[in-house]
Amino acid sequence: MTTPALPQTEYEPPRRSWYKRNEIAITPWLFLLPAILFFMVYVIIPIFQSFTVSTVAWDGLGEKEFVGLDNYRELLDDPAFWTSLRNNLIWLLLYLLAIPAGLFIALFLNQTVTGIRIYKSLFFFPFVISQVVVGLVFSWFYDPTFGLLNAILGFVGLGPINVLGDPTYVTYGIIAAGLWPQTAYCMILYLTGLNAVDPEQVEAARLDGAKGWKMLWYVIVPQLKPATFIAFVVTIVGALRSFDLISIMTNGGPFGESRVLSFYMFEVALSEYGFRMGYGAAIAVVLFLIMLCFIAYFLYSMYKEEKGH
Amino acid sequence: MFPKPIEKSSRNVQIGYQALLPVALIFWLLPLIAVALFSIKPAADFTTGDYWNLPSVFGGFENYGKVFFDSDMPRYLLNSILITVPTAIGAVALSCMAGFALGIYQFKANLWLFFLFVAGNFVPFQILMVPVRDLTLDLGLYNTKTGLVLFHIAFQTGFCTLFMRNFIKGLPFPLIEAARVEGVAEWKIFVYVVLPLMKPAIAALLVLIFTFIWNDYFWAVVLTQGAESQPVTAGITSFNAQYRAAYHLMSAGAVVAALPPVAMFFMMQKHFIAGLTLGAVK
Repeated sequence: MTTPALPQTEYEPPRRSWYKRNEIAITPWLFLLPAILFFMVYVIIPIFQSFTVSTVAWDGLGEKEFVGLDNYRELLDDPAFWTSLRNNLIWLLLYLLAIPAGLFIALFLNQTVTGIRIYKSLFFFPFVISQVVVGLVFSWFYDPTFGLLNAILGFVGLGPINVLGDPTYVTYGIIAAGLWPQTAYCMILYLTGLNAVDPEQVEAARLDGAKGWKMLWYVIVPQLKPATFIAFVVTIVGALRSFDLISIMTNGGPFGESRVLSFYMFEVALSEYGFRMGYGAAIAVVLFLIMLCFIAYFLYSMYKEEKGH
Repeated sequence: MFPKPIEKSSRNVQIGYQALLPVALIFWLLPLIAVALFSIKPAADFTTGDYWNLPSVFGGFENYGKVFFDSDMPRYLLNSILITVPTAIGAVALSCMAGFALGIYQFKANLWLFFLFVAGNFVPFQILMVPVRDLTLDLGLYNTKTGLVLFHIAFQTGFCTLFMRNFIKGLPFPLIEAARVEGVAEWKIFVYVVLPLMKPAIAALLVLIFTFIWNDYFWAVVLTQGAESQPVTAGITSFNAQYRAAYHLMSAGAVVAALPPVAMFFMMQKHFIAGLTLGAVK
Protein backbone atom coordinates (compact mmCIF):
# COMPACT_ATOMS: atom_id res chain seq x y z
CA MET A 1 0.00 0.00 0.00
CA THR A 2 1.30 3.47 0.64
CA THR A 3 3.94 2.40 3.12
CA PRO A 4 7.32 3.33 1.71
CA ALA A 5 9.27 0.16 1.15
CA LEU A 6 12.26 0.05 3.40
CA PRO A 7 15.49 -0.55 1.55
CA GLN A 8 16.43 -4.14 2.19
CA THR A 9 19.72 -4.27 3.98
CA GLU A 10 21.72 -7.31 4.81
CA TYR A 11 21.46 -6.55 8.50
CA GLU A 12 17.69 -6.98 8.32
CA PRO A 13 16.81 -10.21 10.12
CA PRO A 14 15.35 -12.39 7.36
CA ARG A 15 12.60 -13.98 9.41
CA ARG A 16 10.50 -10.84 9.98
CA SER A 17 6.90 -11.92 9.72
CA TRP A 18 4.52 -10.54 7.11
CA TYR A 19 2.66 -8.70 9.87
CA LYS A 20 5.83 -7.10 11.18
CA ARG A 21 6.80 -5.90 7.73
CA ASN A 22 3.39 -4.32 7.12
CA GLU A 23 2.68 -3.27 10.68
CA ILE A 24 2.14 0.43 9.96
CA ALA A 25 -0.26 -0.31 7.13
CA ILE A 26 -2.28 -2.97 8.90
CA THR A 27 -2.54 -1.65 12.45
CA PRO A 28 -5.00 1.16 11.69
CA TRP A 29 -7.39 -1.29 10.04
CA LEU A 30 -7.23 -3.66 12.98
CA PHE A 31 -8.02 -0.79 15.30
CA LEU A 32 -10.83 0.44 13.08
CA LEU A 33 -12.41 -2.95 12.54
CA PRO A 34 -14.81 -3.12 15.52
CA ALA A 35 -15.99 0.46 15.12
CA ILE A 36 -16.52 0.09 11.38
CA LEU A 37 -18.33 -3.20 11.88
CA PHE A 38 -20.78 -1.77 14.40
CA PHE A 39 -21.26 1.44 12.49
CA MET A 40 -21.88 -0.34 9.20
CA VAL A 41 -24.38 -2.82 10.61
CA TYR A 42 -26.40 -0.37 12.69
CA VAL A 43 -26.03 2.94 10.86
CA ILE A 44 -24.73 2.94 7.30
CA ILE A 45 -26.41 -0.16 5.90
CA PRO A 46 -29.80 0.66 7.49
CA ILE A 47 -29.80 4.00 5.65
CA PHE A 48 -29.70 2.15 2.33
CA GLN A 49 -32.18 -0.44 3.55
CA SER A 50 -34.62 2.35 4.36
CA PHE A 51 -34.42 3.49 0.74
CA THR A 52 -35.35 -0.03 -0.35
CA VAL A 53 -38.14 -0.34 2.20
CA SER A 54 -39.60 2.92 0.95
CA THR A 55 -40.43 1.22 -2.36
CA VAL A 56 -42.52 -1.59 -0.84
CA ALA A 57 -45.80 -1.99 0.96
CA TRP A 58 -45.04 -3.89 4.17
CA ASP A 59 -46.65 -4.31 7.57
CA GLY A 60 -43.38 -5.36 9.21
CA LEU A 61 -44.29 -9.03 9.44
CA GLY A 62 -45.78 -10.41 6.23
CA GLU A 63 -44.58 -10.40 2.65
CA LYS A 64 -43.11 -7.24 1.16
CA GLU A 65 -44.87 -6.12 -1.97
CA PHE A 66 -42.94 -3.96 -4.40
CA VAL A 67 -44.84 -0.80 -5.25
CA GLY A 68 -42.17 1.36 -6.87
CA LEU A 69 -42.65 5.04 -6.17
CA ASP A 70 -46.25 4.69 -5.02
CA ASN A 71 -45.37 5.61 -1.44
CA TYR A 72 -43.84 8.87 -2.60
CA ARG A 73 -46.81 9.58 -4.88
CA GLU A 74 -49.09 9.08 -1.91
CA LEU A 75 -47.03 11.55 0.12
CA LEU A 76 -47.78 14.29 -2.39
CA ASP A 77 -51.52 13.99 -1.73
CA ASP A 78 -51.22 13.52 2.02
CA PRO A 79 -52.18 16.72 3.89
CA ALA A 80 -50.60 15.36 7.11
CA PHE A 81 -47.28 15.11 5.28
CA TRP A 82 -47.46 18.74 4.18
CA THR A 83 -48.42 19.88 7.67
CA SER A 84 -45.43 18.01 9.06
CA LEU A 85 -43.11 19.45 6.45
CA ARG A 86 -44.36 22.97 7.14
CA ASN A 87 -43.87 22.45 10.88
CA ASN A 88 -40.36 21.16 10.25
CA LEU A 89 -39.51 24.41 8.48
CA ILE A 90 -40.97 26.43 11.37
CA TRP A 91 -38.88 24.35 13.79
CA LEU A 92 -35.72 24.89 11.75
CA LEU A 93 -36.20 28.65 11.55
CA LEU A 94 -37.30 29.31 15.11
CA TYR A 95 -34.80 26.91 16.64
CA LEU A 96 -32.02 29.09 15.29
CA LEU A 97 -33.13 31.72 17.81
CA ALA A 98 -31.30 29.58 20.37
CA ILE A 99 -28.01 30.84 18.92
CA PRO A 100 -28.46 34.61 19.54
CA ALA A 101 -30.33 33.88 22.78
CA GLY A 102 -27.46 31.69 23.96
CA LEU A 103 -24.94 34.37 23.02
CA PHE A 104 -26.97 36.97 24.90
CA ILE A 105 -27.06 34.91 28.11
CA ALA A 106 -23.38 34.05 27.75
CA LEU A 107 -22.53 37.75 27.51
CA PHE A 108 -24.70 38.46 30.53
CA LEU A 109 -22.91 35.80 32.57
CA ASN A 110 -19.39 36.50 31.32
CA GLN A 111 -18.28 38.32 34.46
CA THR A 112 -16.12 37.42 37.39
CA VAL A 113 -18.24 38.08 40.45
CA THR A 114 -18.47 35.71 43.39
CA GLY A 115 -20.60 32.67 42.75
CA ILE A 116 -20.75 33.18 39.00
CA ARG A 117 -19.65 29.60 38.36
CA ILE A 118 -22.72 28.31 40.16
CA TYR A 119 -24.91 30.65 38.14
CA LYS A 120 -23.36 29.43 34.92
CA SER A 121 -24.01 25.79 35.79
CA LEU A 122 -27.55 26.48 36.94
CA PHE A 123 -28.32 28.32 33.71
CA PHE A 124 -27.05 25.28 31.86
CA PHE A 125 -29.32 23.00 33.87
CA PRO A 126 -32.17 22.62 31.33
CA PHE A 127 -29.86 20.95 28.83
CA VAL A 128 -28.90 18.16 31.18
CA ILE A 129 -32.40 16.92 31.92
CA SER A 130 -34.10 14.70 29.38
CA GLN A 131 -36.46 16.12 26.81
CA VAL A 132 -39.12 13.84 28.23
CA VAL A 133 -38.95 15.68 31.53
CA VAL A 134 -38.72 19.05 29.76
CA GLY A 135 -41.85 18.08 27.85
CA LEU A 136 -43.72 17.11 31.03
CA VAL A 137 -42.60 20.23 32.82
CA PHE A 138 -43.74 22.47 29.99
CA SER A 139 -47.06 20.74 29.47
CA TRP A 140 -47.82 21.45 33.12
CA PHE A 141 -46.50 24.96 32.68
CA TYR A 142 -48.99 25.49 29.82
CA ASP A 143 -51.89 23.68 31.49
CA PRO A 144 -55.05 25.79 31.12
CA THR A 145 -56.44 25.02 34.60
CA PHE A 146 -53.46 25.26 36.90
CA GLY A 147 -50.43 26.01 34.70
CA LEU A 148 -48.01 28.67 35.81
CA LEU A 149 -48.26 30.44 32.45
CA ASN A 150 -51.96 31.09 32.87
CA ALA A 151 -51.49 31.98 36.52
CA ILE A 152 -49.09 34.70 35.34
CA LEU A 153 -51.35 35.76 32.47
CA GLY A 154 -54.30 35.90 34.85
CA PHE A 155 -52.26 38.06 37.20
CA VAL A 156 -51.78 40.71 34.50
CA GLY A 157 -55.41 40.36 33.42
CA LEU A 158 -55.11 38.21 30.31
CA GLY A 159 -57.47 35.35 29.67
CA PRO A 160 -56.43 31.72 29.96
CA ILE A 161 -55.08 30.23 26.76
CA ASN A 162 -54.72 26.54 26.15
CA VAL A 163 -51.44 26.64 24.25
CA LEU A 164 -51.22 22.91 23.57
CA GLY A 165 -54.89 22.54 22.68
CA ASP A 166 -54.93 25.30 20.10
CA PRO A 167 -53.89 24.39 16.53
CA THR A 168 -52.43 27.85 15.89
CA TYR A 169 -50.24 28.00 18.99
CA VAL A 170 -49.32 24.39 19.55
CA THR A 171 -46.18 24.16 17.41
CA TYR A 172 -44.84 27.43 18.76
CA GLY A 173 -45.54 26.28 22.30
CA ILE A 174 -43.54 23.10 21.77
CA ILE A 175 -40.72 24.96 20.04
CA ALA A 176 -40.51 27.33 23.02
CA ALA A 177 -40.07 24.29 25.26
CA GLY A 178 -37.34 22.98 22.95
CA LEU A 179 -35.59 26.34 22.82
CA TRP A 180 -35.12 26.26 26.55
CA PRO A 181 -32.49 23.47 26.67
CA GLN A 182 -31.12 24.40 23.25
CA THR A 183 -30.42 27.98 24.36
CA ALA A 184 -28.61 26.59 27.39
CA TYR A 185 -26.44 24.48 25.08
CA CYS A 186 -25.58 27.46 22.85
CA MET A 187 -24.86 29.51 25.96
CA ILE A 188 -22.26 27.05 27.20
CA LEU A 189 -20.62 26.95 23.75
CA TYR A 190 -20.35 30.74 23.74
CA LEU A 191 -19.15 30.93 27.33
CA THR A 192 -16.25 28.66 26.43
CA GLY A 193 -15.73 30.62 23.23
CA LEU A 194 -15.64 33.93 25.07
CA ASN A 195 -12.78 32.61 27.21
CA ALA A 196 -10.67 32.40 24.08
CA VAL A 197 -11.40 35.91 22.84
CA ASP A 198 -8.14 37.79 22.47
CA PRO A 199 -8.04 40.52 25.17
CA GLU A 200 -5.49 42.56 23.22
CA GLN A 201 -7.79 42.91 20.24
CA VAL A 202 -10.61 43.98 22.51
CA GLU A 203 -8.35 46.52 24.17
CA ALA A 204 -7.15 47.83 20.82
CA ALA A 205 -10.70 48.15 19.53
CA ARG A 206 -11.66 49.94 22.72
CA LEU A 207 -8.87 52.45 22.18
CA ASP A 208 -10.25 52.99 18.68
CA GLY A 209 -13.53 53.93 20.29
CA ALA A 210 -15.48 50.72 19.56
CA LYS A 211 -18.03 49.71 22.14
CA GLY A 212 -21.42 48.11 22.65
CA TRP A 213 -23.02 46.60 19.55
CA LYS A 214 -20.21 47.68 17.22
CA MET A 215 -17.63 45.97 19.39
CA LEU A 216 -19.80 42.86 19.62
CA TRP A 217 -20.47 42.61 15.90
CA TYR A 218 -17.09 43.55 14.45
CA VAL A 219 -14.66 42.31 17.09
CA ILE A 220 -16.25 39.65 19.27
CA VAL A 221 -18.57 37.73 16.94
CA PRO A 222 -15.88 37.06 14.29
CA GLN A 223 -13.68 35.57 17.00
CA LEU A 224 -16.53 33.36 18.14
CA LYS A 225 -16.85 31.74 14.72
CA PRO A 226 -15.88 28.20 15.83
CA ALA A 227 -18.45 28.33 18.64
CA THR A 228 -21.10 29.65 16.25
CA PHE A 229 -20.41 26.84 13.81
CA ILE A 230 -20.89 24.15 16.44
CA ALA A 231 -23.96 25.94 17.80
CA PHE A 232 -25.39 25.99 14.28
CA VAL A 233 -24.69 22.30 13.72
CA VAL A 234 -26.19 21.11 17.00
CA THR A 235 -29.20 23.40 16.63
CA ILE A 236 -30.05 22.21 13.12
CA VAL A 237 -29.62 18.58 14.17
CA GLY A 238 -31.72 19.22 17.27
CA ALA A 239 -34.50 20.89 15.27
CA LEU A 240 -34.75 18.02 12.82
CA ARG A 241 -34.63 15.42 15.60
CA SER A 242 -37.54 16.95 17.50
CA PHE A 243 -39.56 13.93 18.49
CA ASP A 244 -39.56 13.52 22.25
CA LEU A 245 -41.23 16.83 23.03
CA ILE A 246 -44.02 16.35 20.51
CA SER A 247 -44.63 12.80 21.59
CA ILE A 248 -44.81 13.77 25.27
CA MET A 249 -46.60 17.10 25.04
CA THR A 250 -49.27 16.59 22.39
CA ASN A 251 -48.77 13.25 20.67
CA GLY A 252 -49.05 15.16 17.39
CA GLY A 253 -52.37 16.79 18.22
CA PRO A 254 -54.62 18.68 18.24
CA PHE A 255 -55.88 17.42 14.88
CA GLY A 256 -52.32 16.44 13.94
CA GLU A 257 -51.32 20.10 13.85
CA SER A 258 -48.12 19.68 15.86
CA ARG A 259 -46.68 16.80 13.83
CA VAL A 260 -43.26 17.03 12.25
CA LEU A 261 -41.77 14.52 9.82
CA SER A 262 -39.88 12.59 12.47
CA PHE A 263 -43.03 12.17 14.54
CA TYR A 264 -45.35 11.47 11.60
CA MET A 265 -42.97 8.79 10.37
CA PHE A 266 -43.12 7.03 13.73
CA GLU A 267 -46.88 7.36 13.83
CA VAL A 268 -47.29 5.81 10.41
CA ALA A 269 -44.84 2.98 10.94
CA LEU A 270 -45.37 2.00 14.57
CA SER A 271 -48.68 3.16 15.95
CA GLU A 272 -52.38 3.59 15.43
CA TYR A 273 -52.15 3.91 11.64
CA GLY A 274 -51.18 0.27 11.51
CA PHE A 275 -47.73 -0.82 10.60
CA ARG A 276 -47.03 0.86 7.27
CA MET A 277 -43.27 0.42 7.20
CA GLY A 278 -42.89 1.31 3.52
CA TYR A 279 -44.80 4.55 3.79
CA GLY A 280 -42.95 5.43 6.98
CA ALA A 281 -39.62 4.76 5.30
CA ALA A 282 -40.61 7.11 2.47
CA ILE A 283 -41.22 9.89 5.00
CA ALA A 284 -37.89 9.08 6.66
CA VAL A 285 -36.16 9.34 3.29
CA VAL A 286 -37.57 12.84 2.77
CA LEU A 287 -36.37 13.84 6.22
CA PHE A 288 -33.00 12.29 5.51
CA LEU A 289 -32.63 14.21 2.26
CA ILE A 290 -33.35 17.48 4.06
CA MET A 291 -30.71 16.60 6.64
CA LEU A 292 -28.31 15.55 3.90
CA CYS A 293 -28.15 19.13 2.59
CA PHE A 294 -26.94 20.24 6.00
CA ILE A 295 -24.61 17.27 6.45
CA ALA A 296 -23.00 18.10 3.09
CA TYR A 297 -22.49 21.67 4.26
CA PHE A 298 -21.05 20.56 7.63
CA LEU A 299 -18.65 18.14 5.98
CA TYR A 300 -17.62 20.71 3.39
CA SER A 301 -16.77 23.17 6.17
CA MET A 302 -14.83 20.52 8.05
CA TYR A 303 -13.03 19.51 4.85
CA LYS A 304 -11.90 23.09 4.24
CA GLU A 305 -10.74 23.24 7.85
CA GLU A 306 -8.76 19.99 7.49
CA LYS A 307 -7.08 21.17 4.30
CA GLY A 308 -6.26 24.48 5.94
CA HIS A 309 -3.99 22.80 8.45
CA MET B 1 -12.83 40.75 28.47
CA PHE B 2 -16.16 41.41 26.78
CA PRO B 3 -18.48 42.81 27.90
CA LYS B 4 -16.56 45.29 30.02
CA PRO B 5 -15.64 43.68 33.35
CA ILE B 6 -18.21 44.69 35.90
CA GLU B 7 -15.61 45.54 38.51
CA LYS B 8 -14.66 48.55 36.39
CA SER B 9 -18.20 49.90 36.59
CA SER B 10 -19.65 52.07 39.31
CA ARG B 11 -20.69 50.58 42.64
CA ASN B 12 -24.37 50.91 41.75
CA VAL B 13 -24.01 48.97 38.52
CA GLN B 14 -22.21 46.23 40.40
CA ILE B 15 -24.92 45.96 43.01
CA GLY B 16 -27.56 46.03 40.30
CA TYR B 17 -25.85 43.20 38.47
CA GLN B 18 -25.51 41.09 41.61
CA ALA B 19 -29.19 41.61 42.32
CA LEU B 20 -30.25 40.84 38.76
CA LEU B 21 -28.44 37.49 38.67
CA PRO B 22 -30.69 35.56 41.07
CA VAL B 23 -33.82 37.14 39.60
CA ALA B 24 -32.80 36.12 36.09
CA LEU B 25 -31.95 32.64 37.31
CA ILE B 26 -35.30 32.14 39.03
CA PHE B 27 -37.07 33.34 35.91
CA TRP B 28 -35.00 30.99 33.73
CA LEU B 29 -35.68 27.97 35.94
CA LEU B 30 -39.29 28.81 36.74
CA PRO B 31 -40.84 25.71 35.11
CA LEU B 32 -38.44 23.48 37.04
CA ILE B 33 -39.01 25.26 40.31
CA ALA B 34 -42.74 24.73 39.81
CA VAL B 35 -42.23 20.98 39.40
CA ALA B 36 -39.95 20.79 42.42
CA LEU B 37 -42.61 22.61 44.43
CA PHE B 38 -45.37 20.29 43.19
CA SER B 39 -43.32 17.26 44.14
CA ILE B 40 -43.29 18.19 47.84
CA LYS B 41 -46.92 19.25 48.10
CA PRO B 42 -49.37 16.83 49.73
CA ALA B 43 -52.24 15.41 47.68
CA ALA B 44 -54.72 17.43 49.75
CA ASP B 45 -53.43 20.72 48.32
CA PHE B 46 -54.38 19.65 44.82
CA THR B 47 -57.87 18.51 45.72
CA THR B 48 -58.59 21.88 47.28
CA GLY B 49 -57.31 23.60 44.14
CA ASP B 50 -54.37 25.19 45.92
CA TYR B 51 -51.66 24.92 43.31
CA TRP B 52 -49.35 27.83 43.85
CA ASN B 53 -49.01 28.38 47.57
CA LEU B 54 -46.25 26.80 49.56
CA PRO B 55 -47.10 23.25 50.64
CA SER B 56 -49.57 23.22 53.54
CA VAL B 57 -47.57 20.35 55.01
CA PHE B 58 -44.35 18.84 53.71
CA GLY B 59 -45.47 15.94 51.50
CA GLY B 60 -42.06 15.15 50.06
CA PHE B 61 -41.47 11.94 52.00
CA GLU B 62 -44.83 10.53 51.10
CA ASN B 63 -44.62 11.47 47.41
CA TYR B 64 -41.10 10.25 46.86
CA GLY B 65 -41.80 7.22 49.02
CA LYS B 66 -44.65 6.27 46.69
CA VAL B 67 -42.38 6.71 43.67
CA PHE B 68 -39.71 4.47 45.13
CA PHE B 69 -41.76 1.82 46.92
CA ASP B 70 -45.11 1.77 45.22
CA SER B 71 -44.36 1.88 41.51
CA ASP B 72 -42.18 0.38 38.81
CA MET B 73 -39.86 3.37 39.03
CA PRO B 74 -36.92 1.58 40.74
CA ARG B 75 -37.12 -1.07 38.04
CA TYR B 76 -36.96 1.58 35.30
CA LEU B 77 -34.06 3.32 37.01
CA LEU B 78 -32.15 0.07 37.23
CA ASN B 79 -32.85 -0.61 33.55
CA SER B 80 -31.56 2.84 32.67
CA ILE B 81 -28.33 2.16 34.51
CA LEU B 82 -27.95 -1.27 32.90
CA ILE B 83 -28.41 0.31 29.48
CA THR B 84 -26.41 3.47 30.01
CA VAL B 85 -23.25 2.18 31.64
CA PRO B 86 -22.40 -0.60 29.15
CA THR B 87 -23.17 1.76 26.27
CA ALA B 88 -20.84 4.44 27.58
CA ILE B 89 -18.04 1.93 28.13
CA GLY B 90 -18.57 0.19 24.78
CA ALA B 91 -18.78 3.33 22.69
CA VAL B 92 -15.74 4.86 24.37
CA ALA B 93 -13.71 1.67 23.90
CA LEU B 94 -14.54 1.40 20.20
CA SER B 95 -13.89 5.06 19.57
CA CYS B 96 -10.58 5.11 21.43
CA MET B 97 -9.35 2.53 18.97
CA ALA B 98 -10.93 4.09 15.92
CA GLY B 99 -9.78 7.56 16.97
CA PHE B 100 -6.24 6.25 17.41
CA ALA B 101 -6.26 4.75 13.92
CA LEU B 102 -7.65 7.90 12.30
CA GLY B 103 -5.61 10.34 14.32
CA ILE B 104 -2.17 8.73 14.02
CA TYR B 105 -1.95 6.87 10.73
CA GLN B 106 -2.00 8.35 7.27
CA PHE B 107 -3.67 6.23 4.65
CA LYS B 108 -5.85 6.98 1.67
CA ALA B 109 -9.23 6.18 3.17
CA ASN B 110 -8.51 8.02 6.41
CA LEU B 111 -10.42 11.25 5.83
CA TRP B 112 -13.26 9.44 4.08
CA LEU B 113 -13.75 7.06 6.96
CA PHE B 114 -13.65 9.95 9.38
CA PHE B 115 -16.31 11.81 7.42
CA LEU B 116 -18.40 8.65 7.30
CA PHE B 117 -18.46 8.55 11.10
CA VAL B 118 -19.23 12.25 11.30
CA ALA B 119 -22.01 12.10 8.72
CA GLY B 120 -23.58 9.01 10.29
CA ASN B 121 -23.67 10.81 13.59
CA PHE B 122 -25.98 13.49 12.13
CA VAL B 123 -28.57 11.36 10.34
CA PRO B 124 -32.16 11.53 11.57
CA PHE B 125 -33.05 8.50 13.71
CA GLN B 126 -36.09 7.75 11.59
CA ILE B 127 -34.05 6.72 8.56
CA LEU B 128 -32.60 3.93 10.72
CA MET B 129 -35.76 3.00 12.55
CA VAL B 130 -37.37 0.35 10.36
CA PRO B 131 -34.19 -1.60 9.48
CA VAL B 132 -32.73 -1.41 13.00
CA ARG B 133 -35.98 -2.58 14.56
CA ASP B 134 -36.11 -5.39 12.04
CA LEU B 135 -32.52 -6.38 12.68
CA THR B 136 -33.10 -6.36 16.44
CA LEU B 137 -36.16 -8.59 15.98
CA ASP B 138 -34.16 -10.97 13.80
CA LEU B 139 -31.41 -11.19 16.38
CA GLY B 140 -34.03 -12.06 18.99
CA LEU B 141 -33.06 -8.95 20.93
CA TYR B 142 -36.29 -7.00 20.63
CA ASN B 143 -37.43 -5.80 24.04
CA THR B 144 -34.09 -6.58 25.66
CA LYS B 145 -31.56 -4.24 27.15
CA THR B 146 -28.84 -5.86 25.06
CA GLY B 147 -30.61 -4.93 21.84
CA LEU B 148 -30.79 -1.32 22.93
CA VAL B 149 -27.18 -1.29 24.14
CA LEU B 150 -25.82 -2.69 20.87
CA PHE B 151 -27.56 -0.06 18.82
CA HIS B 152 -26.56 2.78 21.14
CA ILE B 153 -22.92 1.70 21.09
CA ALA B 154 -22.92 1.68 17.30
CA PHE B 155 -24.60 5.04 16.94
CA GLN B 156 -22.60 6.83 19.62
CA THR B 157 -19.39 5.52 18.09
CA GLY B 158 -19.84 8.15 15.37
CA PHE B 159 -19.78 11.07 17.74
CA CYS B 160 -17.13 9.56 19.99
CA THR B 161 -14.81 8.84 17.09
CA LEU B 162 -15.12 12.43 15.92
CA PHE B 163 -14.16 13.59 19.37
CA MET B 164 -11.35 11.10 19.96
CA ARG B 165 -9.75 11.57 16.57
CA ASN B 166 -9.60 15.34 17.02
CA PHE B 167 -8.21 14.91 20.50
CA ILE B 168 -5.49 12.49 19.37
CA LYS B 169 -4.57 14.78 16.47
CA GLY B 170 -3.78 17.38 19.08
CA LEU B 171 -1.29 15.15 20.90
CA PRO B 172 2.43 15.69 20.25
CA PHE B 173 3.27 13.39 17.36
CA PRO B 174 7.04 13.24 18.10
CA LEU B 175 6.13 11.14 21.12
CA ILE B 176 4.83 8.39 18.86
CA GLU B 177 7.76 8.69 16.48
CA ALA B 178 10.16 8.37 19.37
CA ALA B 179 8.44 5.17 20.46
CA ARG B 180 8.62 3.81 16.92
CA VAL B 181 12.32 4.52 16.71
CA GLU B 182 12.69 2.54 19.92
CA GLY B 183 11.02 -0.34 18.09
CA VAL B 184 7.88 -0.39 20.24
CA ALA B 185 5.09 -2.38 18.60
CA GLU B 186 2.19 -0.30 17.32
CA TRP B 187 -0.39 -1.77 19.68
CA LYS B 188 1.94 -1.10 22.58
CA ILE B 189 2.21 2.53 21.46
CA PHE B 190 -1.57 2.66 21.75
CA VAL B 191 -1.68 1.07 25.18
CA TYR B 192 1.36 2.65 26.82
CA VAL B 193 1.83 5.99 25.03
CA VAL B 194 -1.49 7.23 23.67
CA LEU B 195 -4.05 5.76 26.05
CA PRO B 196 -2.63 7.38 29.22
CA LEU B 197 -2.76 10.76 27.47
CA MET B 198 -6.39 10.23 26.51
CA LYS B 199 -7.72 10.15 30.06
CA PRO B 200 -9.37 13.59 29.94
CA ALA B 201 -11.05 12.78 26.63
CA ILE B 202 -12.26 9.44 27.97
CA ALA B 203 -13.70 11.09 31.07
CA ALA B 204 -15.45 13.73 28.97
CA LEU B 205 -17.00 11.16 26.67
CA LEU B 206 -18.10 8.83 29.47
CA VAL B 207 -20.00 11.63 31.18
CA LEU B 208 -21.50 12.90 27.96
CA ILE B 209 -22.61 9.54 26.63
CA PHE B 210 -24.06 8.67 30.01
CA THR B 211 -26.25 11.75 29.79
CA PHE B 212 -27.21 11.27 26.13
CA ILE B 213 -28.22 7.66 26.60
CA TRP B 214 -29.95 8.23 29.91
CA ASN B 215 -32.09 10.84 28.19
CA ASP B 216 -32.84 8.80 25.08
CA TYR B 217 -36.51 8.27 24.50
CA PHE B 218 -36.98 7.49 20.84
CA TRP B 219 -35.02 4.25 20.71
CA ALA B 220 -36.40 3.12 24.02
CA VAL B 221 -39.88 3.32 22.52
CA VAL B 222 -38.86 1.71 19.25
CA LEU B 223 -36.85 -1.21 20.62
CA THR B 224 -38.43 -2.03 23.99
CA GLN B 225 -41.78 -2.23 25.70
CA GLY B 226 -42.84 -3.02 29.23
CA ALA B 227 -41.18 -2.68 32.62
CA GLU B 228 -38.65 -5.49 32.27
CA SER B 229 -36.42 -3.62 29.84
CA GLN B 230 -37.61 -0.05 29.36
CA PRO B 231 -35.47 2.78 30.70
CA VAL B 232 -36.84 5.50 32.89
CA THR B 233 -37.57 7.99 30.10
CA ALA B 234 -40.03 5.57 28.54
CA GLY B 235 -41.16 4.23 31.90
CA ILE B 236 -42.25 7.63 33.12
CA THR B 237 -45.07 7.68 30.58
CA SER B 238 -46.55 4.49 32.02
CA PHE B 239 -45.89 5.84 35.49
CA ASN B 240 -47.88 8.93 34.56
CA ALA B 241 -50.67 6.81 33.12
CA GLN B 242 -50.82 4.94 36.44
CA TYR B 243 -51.07 8.18 38.43
CA ARG B 244 -53.19 10.14 35.98
CA ALA B 245 -53.78 13.68 37.29
CA ALA B 246 -51.90 13.00 40.54
CA TYR B 247 -49.58 15.88 39.83
CA HIS B 248 -47.65 15.62 43.07
CA LEU B 249 -46.65 12.05 42.20
CA MET B 250 -45.97 12.74 38.53
CA SER B 251 -43.76 15.66 39.55
CA ALA B 252 -41.86 13.52 42.01
CA GLY B 253 -41.42 10.89 39.29
CA ALA B 254 -40.11 13.49 36.84
CA VAL B 255 -37.61 14.77 39.40
CA VAL B 256 -36.35 11.25 40.07
CA ALA B 257 -35.99 10.52 36.35
CA ALA B 258 -34.08 13.74 35.76
CA LEU B 259 -31.78 13.52 38.74
CA PRO B 260 -28.99 11.07 37.73
CA PRO B 261 -27.70 13.05 34.72
CA VAL B 262 -28.00 16.25 36.74
CA ALA B 263 -25.90 14.74 39.52
CA MET B 264 -23.43 13.49 36.93
CA PHE B 265 -23.19 16.96 35.43
CA PHE B 266 -22.52 18.65 38.73
CA MET B 267 -19.89 16.14 39.73
CA MET B 268 -18.07 16.13 36.41
CA GLN B 269 -18.76 19.62 35.15
CA LYS B 270 -15.38 20.33 33.64
CA HIS B 271 -15.30 17.11 31.64
CA PHE B 272 -18.88 17.52 30.59
CA ILE B 273 -18.30 20.93 29.08
CA ALA B 274 -15.09 19.84 27.39
CA GLY B 275 -17.10 17.09 25.74
CA LEU B 276 -19.97 19.29 24.65
CA THR B 277 -17.76 21.79 22.95
CA LEU B 278 -16.24 18.86 21.02
CA GLY B 279 -12.91 20.00 22.36
CA ALA B 280 -12.96 22.38 19.40
CA VAL B 281 -13.73 25.53 21.35
CA LYS B 282 -11.01 25.82 23.90
